[in-house]
Amino acid sequence: MMGSVRDLAPIIIVIGFFQLFVLQQPLENIASLISGVFFVILGLTFFIYGLEMGLFPIGESMAHAFAQKGSVFWLLAFSFALGFGTTVAEPALIAVADEAAKVAARAGHIGSDIAAMNSYSTGLRFTVALSVGVAIVVGVLRILLNWPIHLMIMIGYVLVIIMTGFAPEEIIGIAYDSGGVTTSTITVPLVTALGIGLASSIAGRNPMLDGFGLIAFASLLPIIFVLGYGMIV
Amino acid sequence: MQWVPEFLQLFWSTLFDVVPIAGIIFGFQFLVIRKPVKNLKKVLIGMFYVLLGITLFLLGLEQALFPMGRMMAEQLTNPDFLNSVRLTTGALQWQDYYWVYIFAFAIGISTALAEPSLIAVAIKANEVSAGAIGVWGLRLAVALGSAVGISLGTYRIVTGVPIHYFIIAGYVIVIIQTFYAPKAIVPLAFDSGGVTTSTVTVPLVAALGLGLAETVPDRSALIDGFGLISFACLFPIISVMGYAQLSEWQVKKSK
Repeated sequence: MMGSVRDLAPIIIVIGFFQLFVLQQPLENIASLISGVFFVILGLTFFIYGLEMGLFPIGESMAHAFAQKGSVFWLLAFSFALGFGTTVAEPALIAVADEAAKVAARAGHIGSDIAAMNSYSTGLRFTVALSVGVAIVVGVLRILLNWPIHLMIMIGYVLVIIMTGFAPEEIIGIAYDSGGVTTSTITVPLVTALGIGLASSIAGRNPMLDGFGLIAFASLLPIIFVLGYGMIV
Repeated sequence: MQWVPEFLQLFWSTLFDVVPIAGIIFGFQFLVIRKPVKNLKKVLIGMFYVLLGITLFLLGLEQALFPMGRMMAEQLTNPDFLNSVRLTTGALQWQDYYWVYIFAFAIGISTALAEPSLIAVAIKANEVSAGAIGVWGLRLAVALGSAVGISLGTYRIVTGVPIHYFIIAGYVIVIIQTFYAPKAIVPLAFDSGGVTTSTVTVPLVAALGLGLAETVPDRSALIDGFGLISFACLFPIISVMGYAQLSEWQVKKSK
């Protein structure tokens, strides 16, 4: 609880300073603002507590169990499911997909009825979740086969640059953003534990050089997939 | 108590989002690994906390952070406010939005420092590198990169320069840096791009971008409103590699 309060304090200070001293305006709806901030702090506290208590240890022990079992197929199946499952449930992605649907409806890009907006935001969520699943599989394969990460990232960058030239203009900003949105609080600890767990269980791998990098793929591939989605739809 | 029905509705919809994760983990645990789960009761309680946490988080987000971010962005870009603090005469110039850039920088630093996933990765990196990478050094490097990225992103929305010019230029810098940066930092640097933009940063920064694009004349929220998060993802990669290059250079100089 205190950790969450301390983590959120700089934001509250920044917003308070701007509201009171730069804009020189009182806070509107102060009661609902305060209760909202309280809910965010409480929610984050429960979330992190639950992650450390439940998801984090089980994710870590499973990474070691798969490394000992030595079945590449099941490891990759688990990696895909983990990437897909954690992303579909991501609150930050849900929030941004809904905002994207609202803006798209206002711009006349899709129908402004609730059904059209829901199908747009769900489509976006599933495209991003699919790409994260594939990204974790590619990242785990890299750790197993010792592929050079910097070459893979560069190839990804070149792909993004080429696809940007062909994708419709409305999708570009959303596509670039979806890379960052995927890798949130629920995904990062699980995926980091998976990578470092694997790199430390496999002989000849260095956790520093090989354990990190899964999140890098999880932030790059969604850009490519959403750009592709924009080109097809 | 008007938030109770909203809470129950959010709890119900979040339940459907957490079920797949629990299904994957327990499905693989029981069908593939086939070993009993250690502390099953504790794990289940932990999952319930995750569910409760996401619900409360979404509730608070809709009640405070999203409207607050949008409100600030609207007020900071309001012509009345801009005219009262402007530096130039005639039509509004990009310099007149200076409070927006300062706000973007401050919110970039403060949200990145608050990101729990960045703290988690920094602690892990410190552990794995046997103390060579400081927790605070990494967090500050990432937060600075994120802040510079977000303020550049707001400058882009105000001026209307196409986003891909910045992203492609950023990619070229990253590629060049990759060849000169110490090899051990490269995977961590690539990772730190993704971890800056988490639970706290995304809602605030997305709201800032959309609000700004709606109020600046001739901007479309659909085309210009998005993209701030990608700036917050790209620049930490540059700043983390830069931080490693600087510390390597300092070590060499002192020898």
